[in-house]
Amino acid sequence: MISQFFVLSQRGDNIVFRDYRGDVQKGSAEIFFRKVKFWKEDGETEAPPVFNVDGVNYFHVKVVGLLFVATTRANISPSLVLELLQRIARVTKDYLGILNEDSIRKNFVLVYELLDEVIDFGYVQTTSTEVLKSCVFNEPIMIDAAHMPPLGPAALFMQGNKRMPGTAVTKSVVANEPGGRRREEIFVDIIEKISLTFSSSGYILTSEIDGTIQMKSYLSGNPEIRLALNEDLNIGRGGRSAYDYGGSSGSGAVILDDCNFHESVHLDSFDVDRTLTLVPPDGEFPVMNYRMTQEFKPPFRINTLIEEAGSLKAEVILKVRAEFPQNITANTVVVQMPVPKYTSRVSFELESGAVGQVTDFKEPNKKIEWGLKKIVGGSEHTLRAKLTFAHESHGNITKEAGPVSMTFTIPMYNCSRLQVKYLQIAKKSKTYNPYRWVRYVTQANSYVARI
Amino acid sequence: MAPPAQSQRSPSPSQPSGKGEVSDLKMQLRQLAGSRAPGTDDSKRDLFKKVISYMTIGIDVSSVFSEMVMCSATSDIVLKKMCYLYVGNYAKYNPDLALLTINFLQRDCKDEDPMIRGLALRSLGSLRVPNLVEYLVGPLGAGLKDANSYVRMVAAVGVLKLYHISASTCLDADFPALLKHLMLNDPDAQVVANCLSALQEIWGVEASSSEEAAMEREALISKPIIYYLLNRIKEFSEWAQCTVLELVSKYAPPDSNEIFDIMNLLEDRLQHANGAVVLATIKLFLQLTLSMTDVHQQVYERIKAPLLTLVSSGSPEQSYAVLSHLHLLVMRAPMLFASDYKHLYCQYNEPFYVKKLKLEMLTAVANESNTYEIVTELCEYAANVDIPIARESIRAVGKIALEQYDVNAIVDRLLQFLEMEKDYVTAETLVLVKDLLRKYPQWSHDCIAVIGNISSNNVQEPKAKAALIWMLGEYAQDMQDAPYALEGLIDDWEDETSPEVRLHLLTAVMKCFFRRPPETQKALGSALAAGLSDMHQDVHDRALFYYRLLQHSVSVANSVVNPTKQAVSVFADTQSSEIKDRIFDEFNSLSVLYQKPCYMFTDKEHQGPFAFSEELGNLSIGVDDQRVEANDEDLLLSTTGKEESLSQQTQGALLVSLDQTEPAAAHAQQTNLVIDDIFGLGLSSPSPSPSPSPSPLLKLNAKAVLDPTSFQQKWRQLPVSTSQEGLISPQGVAAMTSAQTLVRHMQGHHIHCIASGGQAPNFKLFFFAQKAEEPSNFLVECVINLSTAKAQIKIKVEDENASQAFSNLFQSALSEFGMV
Repeated sequence: MISQFFVLSQRGDNIVFRDYRGDVQKGSAEIFFRKVKFWKEDGETEAPPVFNVDGVNYFHVKVVGLLFVATTRANISPSLVLELLQRIARVTKDYLGILNEDSIRKNFVLVYELLDEVIDFGYVQTTSTEVLKSCVFNEPIMIDAAHMPPLGPAALFMQGNKRMPGTAVTKSVVANEPGGRRREEIFVDIIEKISLTFSSSGYILTSEIDGTIQMKSYLSGNPEIRLALNEDLNIGRGGRSAYDYGGSSGSGAVILDDCNFHESVHLDSFDVDRTLTLVPPDGEFPVMNYRMTQEFKPPFRINTLIEEAGSLKAEVILKVRAEFPQNITANTVVVQMPVPKYTSRVSFELESGAVGQVTDFKEPNKKIEWGLKKIVGGSEHTLRAKLTFAHESHGNITKEAGPVSMTFTIPMYNCSRLQVKYLQIAKKSKTYNPYRWVRYVTQANSYVARI
Repeated sequence: MAPPAQSQRSPSPSQPSGKGEVSDLKMQLRQLAGSRAPGTDDSKRDLFKKVISYMTIGIDVSSVFSEMVMCSATSDIVLKKMCYLYVGNYAKYNPDLALLTINFLQRDCKDEDPMIRGLALRSLGSLRVPNLVEYLVGPLGAGLKDANSYVRMVAAVGVLKLYHISASTCLDADFPALLKHLMLNDPDAQVVANCLSALQEIWGVEASSSEEAAMEREALISKPIIYYLLNRIKEFSEWAQCTVLELVSKYAPPDSNEIFDIMNLLEDRLQHANGAVVLATIKLFLQLTLSMTDVHQQVYERIKAPLLTLVSSGSPEQSYAVLSHLHLLVMRAPMLFASDYKHLYCQYNEPFYVKKLKLEMLTAVANESNTYEIVTELCEYAANVDIPIARESIRAVGKIALEQYDVNAIVDRLLQFLEMEKDYVTAETLVLVKDLLRKYPQWSHDCIAVIGNISSNNVQEPKAKAALIWMLGEYAQDMQDAPYALEGLIDDWEDETSPEVRLHLLTAVMKCFFRRPPETQKALGSALAAGLSDMHQDVHDRALFYYRLLQHSVSVANSVVNPTKQAVSVFADTQSSEIKDRIFDEFNSLSVLYQKPCYMFTDKEHQGPFAFSEELGNLSIGVDDQRVEANDEDLLLSTTGKEESLSQQTQGALLVSLDQTEPAAAHAQQTNLVIDDIFGLGLSSPSPSPSPSPSPLLKLNAKAVLDPTSFQQKWRQLPVSTSQEGLISPQGVAAMTSAQTLVRHMQGHHIHCIASGGQAPNFKLFFFAQKAEEPSNFLVECVINLSTAKAQIKIKVEDENASQAFSNLFQSALSEFGMV
């Protein structure tokens, strides 16, 4: 059972504070914040999501720069509390459209109202936006979305994709549109995060795709929806080890290691024709999470060359090649590489005609950073960095530098080849034809090349 | 809602002084209180919002209490809610003012809108003012019977609130019985869940003082209730499912068919996207199959994929919670995860606490076939720019080396670490090389060659320095420079801040002296002189000890500092297996994250769902030896006086109870039926149909619970029903490496240890067991002497009829272990 719930800003201000059981002292938010801010325990500088101070257990998750915190004295399930904190954030976002410090401050009475219904005396009552609608009466005060930095995975679609109405993903599930009528639409996002490690010789050491099919429905009357996935989709790898690739690369069936589903999903016909049936609840929720270690074509190849030039100088040549089709463009690409600690200066040389590329030497943590606004499929980009050392390097520079890591976002592309073949909405009438958006995006989770 | 007035624009975190603003608010509220003008509600809303925003940032606005109450006469539900929130926050500190609110809350409890009834009832319960409880009883009673499920839902939790304000009022009104009725009959699953939560809490607290409550608590995990809840599992919200699953994990099905039924029913819960549901299901599966080794192992295989999926989906925080549980399972059964080692590789952007868990798991799963790859991976981390992780990785490599797999290659790698010339890498590696040499002295030659080249100037960390010095002393004859290196260190004695290093220095120079006397004599002299004048007590004492030892006899001194050493075969594990078992029992709780059983971090009344076995744990775990012994003695003292006088009675009882099993079984059958009737549950599956073959065997409760105090009480009160002495077979003697092995064995037979003490060859253990169908206890004292290979057993029983059956059962269990 949860004793208190509160939301703290980055500076440690209470934005919302709700005490449910009165068995934890009032100053807990301050104790918590000080502990997190100055965390120092067995070499760690980052506080774990759960810790105990004087018999009080503090749980926290970070959402859009805010700290969502729960306290309890009881020995309860940490997964439950952390999941709940995450869910409170999601419900709040459903209501407010945009979740950030400003929107919570403007709507704190509404948030209190939600909190009252979500938890009673420390016990979770409901986190369903659907159920909450019937007992929450405040109306959200919308903040101007245009000036807000894009947040969350769905916000990716706001930029560079004219086809999608940018405001849709940030609109509240309860607030009415200015015109009075709500637009009938449903969003299905296939979001994949890639973790991949190349060995120094360019061979793939480990790779994994963690995917989510996320849904956000603004359909009235809760119609039933059928979502069809690849017919040849396989789940589970039988007795084989997850890394026993076999010859299944390139084409062929999509094999997921495992997946799980949202409560509302019916799997009656899933085994037969790979369709999911559900009545989507209001708000944003993951229909399905999946994990895949089957071999796939990595979207980027990274090539690193380090040449020593005398005892006080070296040159690093970074090459990035996009291995996806030309009609696809990756954006917000950042390549990072730690260089030897005794590097004092770095000068960069971009390829001729480079557009939208920036370079930086992060002096405090001795990293070079290369940002590329866009990378078109099939293209290759090179960066030359000349390092100057403060003192002579002893031995092997490659042991003191690297690995190269990369972050990127590739809209309308997914590596797993998992697809939503169709999205069927049970028809209410002939004229009923809501907007359906099925969108794909691939992001780097941990994309690393050793040198 | 009207756009916010400027008040909302500046919810300034820079704290306003408060005073002026609050009295301002007070004025404005007072003006609005009586007003019925249109638009009043909107102005009220703005003012209320201000009040609550002050409350949130910690300004005391309790002084406007009466004004808030005056303004509460409204039909605007948003206003009402704000008012309730305010009142709930301040009533506790203004009990007199709180009385003001009773009126309107009670009135709202009778409102025709169920939403308002529910809200008012919830607020009424949140006042937390003891002398107002009388006003709570009526509305609660009505609320539990309300036609609307929202109101009943609130009322169920309301009962719990009342219990915490005034337990006696709650019990006198017989609310628990009402809750139980609701729990078993309400069509709304959330009402059922709230009743269950409330009852668990109430009976959990009451059980320590009331026999009846203890029985009620037990009844919650009886078959009819468990099956009733399981049959409705899909109706519950995901959160309530967690509550139910947690309860079910305490239930011990009498036979394996039932276990499989439950597991099949809940199989799909493992595919739930909510990690809490999955973990609760996993806990249940693990607990159910504890005594079925094969199935238990299958469960591990089955839960691997869902766990890994949870780890990689969701936020880093959620993934950490799941990963901690995976960590626990990997540590328990590393070989089952050996082929999944690649999933445990660290990602560069993971936080330290995640990487640390992964490194520990990688270390644990290393075996002959994967060591090479794991160590290669770890070496990558060692070269990492992230220093804490680099350190952890080197330690991990060392640990794997100590586990014997492919030591050869690993030693090479460790030595390569030393060539990296990074201070922290060198430091960690030195400590490891020292440990390795203690286990594998045969590697000394290769290691020493490299160690000899390390300048002690480059080693600053005390642990590493101590390790280096130890090696200089231990391998003085193989290291050309050893005496001189030591001499250099002794010269810097004054600057050496760590006493640990100075202690090692003394010992090392002694060792070196005996191996290379002429070269070391001078160094030894100055070391002893420095040591004798050292301010640190231990250093001083050791120097003095060596000095006198040398005066006494040089050869004795030699045998003291340079004895023949045996290679260390196993380094002691830091955590006892008992503690690990307890943490496992507390699966899906904070214990797993903290890696401590809950009594170590939680005070007693908050141990929640695990309170059942709590005190027991304190006892049976040998964490605190003294405590165990103290309790042991308590038991002893209290029993010895009475045994003689009772023995006669016992003999008699034995004679009477020759034909014991039938009545016992029949009795059990009966009680079960009675329970069924009381509940009036129309359940199909769980009804204990009069089985055609009532087993003549005594069935014990696999999850029997008894706290030490009542054990002690019962032991004092009951006569000895059986007293026997037997011999232990040689196998038994061999198996009895610690009391724990026997404890584990008996547990397999549903006989639980409540206290154990002693060391080889003498052990003393107290066991207890319970009948499966009724809370009838069997208590056993077992004294074992391994040197004489004798075991003495005293059994006391609550139900004399089952005495013989239990005695047989106990002895057959013992004989399987090679005793009696």
